[in-house]
Amino acid sequence: MTGSTDNIETIAQPTLGEASKLHDAEYLEELRLQMIKFANLQINDPHLAEDAVQEALIGAFKKADSFAGRSAFKTWVFAILKNKIIDILRKRQRLAEVSDLINNDDEGEALNSLFDKKGHWNPDDKPSSWGDPEKSFKQEQFWVVFETCLNNLPGNQAKVFMMREYIGLDTEEICKEVDLTVSNLHVMLYRARLRLQKCLELKWYGGEAHA
Amino acid sequence: MLSCQQVTELVSASQERPLNFKEKVKLRMHTVMCSACRNFESSMGTLRKAMQEFAKGEHNTTDKKD
Ligand SMILES: [Zn+2]
Repeated sequence: MTGSTDNIETIAQPTLGEASKLHDAEYLEELRLQMIKFANLQINDPHLAEDAVQEALIGAFKKADSFAGRSAFKTWVFAILKNKIIDILRKRQRLAEVSDLINNDDEGEALNSLFDKKGHWNPDDKPSSWGDPEKSFKQEQFWVVFETCLNNLPGNQAKVFMMREYIGLDTEEICKEVDLTVSNLHVMLYRARLRLQKCLELKWYGGEAHA
Repeated sequence: MLSCQQVTELVSASQERPLNFKEKVKLRMHTVMCSACRNFESSMGTLRKAMQEFAKGEHNTTDKKD
């Protein structure tokens, strides 16, 4: 990935439409809150997150008249927001001291407890089948649970996981941005995935919630 | 024979880099026999798809209408 603003232009350019809806204050406030939530998941600084959202909205408004409707506008505005977030993450030299990220042994121990001494799953922690998991994507309630699970990740895990899976940066790029070694990053991503698997299974797929 | 823990590490690694032949064989030999790890492996695919879906910004818990 190169310059962060380049790829905006390649996203489907909206055509003419009902821009008037975009001047609905209530709708915009709702949108703004959603954006702040997204930004906060990745940037640990509320002010920076707020700024990114503000800039993204201003940027999107410059083209507001050309949007076919709210969902096109929303897609557009989130695309801009993502790029703003990448810019901010780029400017940060380090996430934190590496020792904090990796040598947090409480975290390692908590996850190791999923397995017995020989490395086999403990009976209660065995992943079960999720059936037809993508069916759940259509349910709003699933996304509430999903977001809760993301929010439950320890801060640094959340950050690298979001950089990897939400923004879509590759391993090499993340390592460069946050000054981690590849193997440290892999450990963090692994831990984040274990946690999310466990959380989704407990709060959604393993229970009755989605039945 | 890999342990379940090693298998989960390998499954996570496979989302970061292509596994080599030996790793693939070891992984397959384990998952053929272990349904828990098989479930884990497919849940990792689901997780990635869910993140891609989530990243579109269309599923928002504060969304009431659109
Ligand atoms: Zn296993």
